[in-house]
Amino acid sequence: MAQGINRLLDGLLEWALDWSVADDSALGYVLAALVHIFLLVNLIAVGALLFIWLERKVSGRIQDRLGPTRVGGKFGWLQTLADGIKLLTKEDLMPQGADKFLFKLAPYMSFCASLAAFMAIPFAGGTYPFVALHLNVAVFFILAVLGLEVFGVILAGYSSASKWSLFGAMREAAQVVSYEVPLGMCAVVPVLLAGSMDLVVIGDKQAGAFWNWYLFHDPFTFITFWVYLTCAIASVNRAPFDLAEAESELVAGFHTEYSGLRWSFFFMAEYGSMLAVSLLASILFLGGWHGPIPVASSLGLTFENGFWFGIAANVLGTLNVLFKGVLGVTVMMWVRWTLPRLRIDQVITTCLKYCVPIAAVGFLGATLWQYQWPNGMIFDTRAENFNVAELWTQEPVPFVEANPPDDTAGRALPVAEVARLQSLPRTDSEFLRIPLPQD
Amino acid sequence: MEPIYWPSFLFLLFSALACAFAIAVVVSTNIVRMALYLVMSLAATAGLFFLAGADFVGAMQILIYVGGTLVLLVFGVMLTSQERFISMKTSQGELLTAGLVGASLFALLVWAAWSVPEWRGLSREEVAAIPVEPTATPIGMGLLGARVDSVNASGYLLIFEIVSVHLLVVLIGAAYLARAKRKRSVIVE
Repeated sequence: MAQGINRLLDGLLEWALDWSVADDSALGYVLAALVHIFLLVNLIAVGALLFIWLERKVSGRIQDRLGPTRVGGKFGWLQTLADGIKLLTKEDLMPQGADKFLFKLAPYMSFCASLAAFMAIPFAGGTYPFVALHLNVAVFFILAVLGLEVFGVILAGYSSASKWSLFGAMREAAQVVSYEVPLGMCAVVPVLLAGSMDLVVIGDKQAGAFWNWYLFHDPFTFITFWVYLTCAIASVNRAPFDLAEAESELVAGFHTEYSGLRWSFFFMAEYGSMLAVSLLASILFLGGWHGPIPVASSLGLTFENGFWFGIAANVLGTLNVLFKGVLGVTVMMWVRWTLPRLRIDQVITTCLKYCVPIAAVGFLGATLWQYQWPNGMIFDTRAENFNVAELWTQEPVPFVEANPPDDTAGRALPVAEVARLQSLPRTDSEFLRIPLPQD
Repeated sequence: MEPIYWPSFLFLLFSALACAFAIAVVVSTNIVRMALYLVMSLAATAGLFFLAGADFVGAMQILIYVGGTLVLLVFGVMLTSQERFISMKTSQGELLTAGLVGASLFALLVWAAWSVPEWRGLSREEVAAIPVEPTATPIGMGLLGARVDSVNASGYLLIFEIVSVHLLVVLIGAAYLARAKRKRSVIVE
């Protein structure tokens, strides 16, 4: 994208001002990054608007009432916007004994952690994936970054100088630290099946109809998905695991002392994290941008048929993955308004005595299943199915000698070697099978 | 005017951030702020790893060091806060000793870094010629006993297994120590 922007600028500026922009100019990269960040911030912010409205409608439906009906016409769909304007005009309060610097910093830390997770989430795959930052270790990165959100919560709880806030923050810390373990164990299972930590690869391995989704790969992945969902709800602090802001016990938990726009940043971070874990679940287990029926590829919308065909398929895929993400968030709301809140000891018991062992058994079972039946539970239509068992038993071939034994001083690679390296394919599976030169 | 070489600029930015926050850790007197600055410093180091193309190590840095400091923060709040926002004072002698030790370590590191010719940086052309490779796969293969970067060197399977078993022992030990003691049932007659 950066190079495309540079070429566009080059053409425009040469026509208008007779300037030239190089293909790898920093300008294009900065502009591309700004476009990505603009889109992602708006996804979180507009998503929060939608989800808060949805939460009210869903809770209203579950409690047998209507929810918002008036603002914005028919379904009260502008209710959140009205609330947002109300929040903007609220007085900005800060407790007298608060640690002012940390108090101001905390909401932004939460929000930044939530935003950083979105940077590595792909919204469509193929040759040109829709992703801000195509990371080789995206799953790992997202899990690492989502854990940072709790920093903002702890800082908020500590700096508020209020016992309710501190209680809430400490509960949150205990909860998030313990739930990261089963969450990671569940997320490892699709990584194992796909043979890659790259989310684009994981999503594209599940191409085709819904029986190719990792949810239906074998019984163990099916169980693992539900454990993942439980841990995801717990790790984003939603009821029945919302101990950190238990209204009946702690007033409002860690954000008791917050008001106005700062408080809304916490809210946006919470809804952003909910969407992030739902999107992660949909990519890891639910086929990501590949629908239950492969409509786009059967219509011929692939990158093989042309660039714009592929882009059209990716746009459809983005809608698909966003729909799955919103569906996941709706399930979280359904759970929230159905189940009562757990006690803190029950929360920790659920994690350590149920989720961790079930996730461990699921992981082991999925490993054995993959070893025995790598094509999954139901018949498989993919020709190029990745076979992990075969890869493990074959003798690994060395990729390249970075330091040849006779060349003791040289750090730099010879020019011919560099040219050969650059001509080689770069995907993970090909990477392992490149033979050495025979000289 | 020579155009800015952005990798160097970003390297200087991230390293300056890391150093500045590291100094802030030492200078600050509030333990929670210290932990926050430590987090910032470690996160800037993770940025350096990402800049070097080692995204696995960068993510590892975030998960282990930054996440580990979180636990430090929790304990800092729970165990040391006798009063609200406690601040720590250091005596002049401690300052002097710490400064001497730190300065000598810094001098040693700088001297070591500059005295080994192999450690000096590559030229820009050499850097641009290095291909971008997937980073997690070589690490995974290395831990399973097969080095992909070198024919003669052996992998790290034994070390990996020793560390794994050690960690497992530590986990079981921690669970054993922290278990709920079973209460003897006392029959009152």
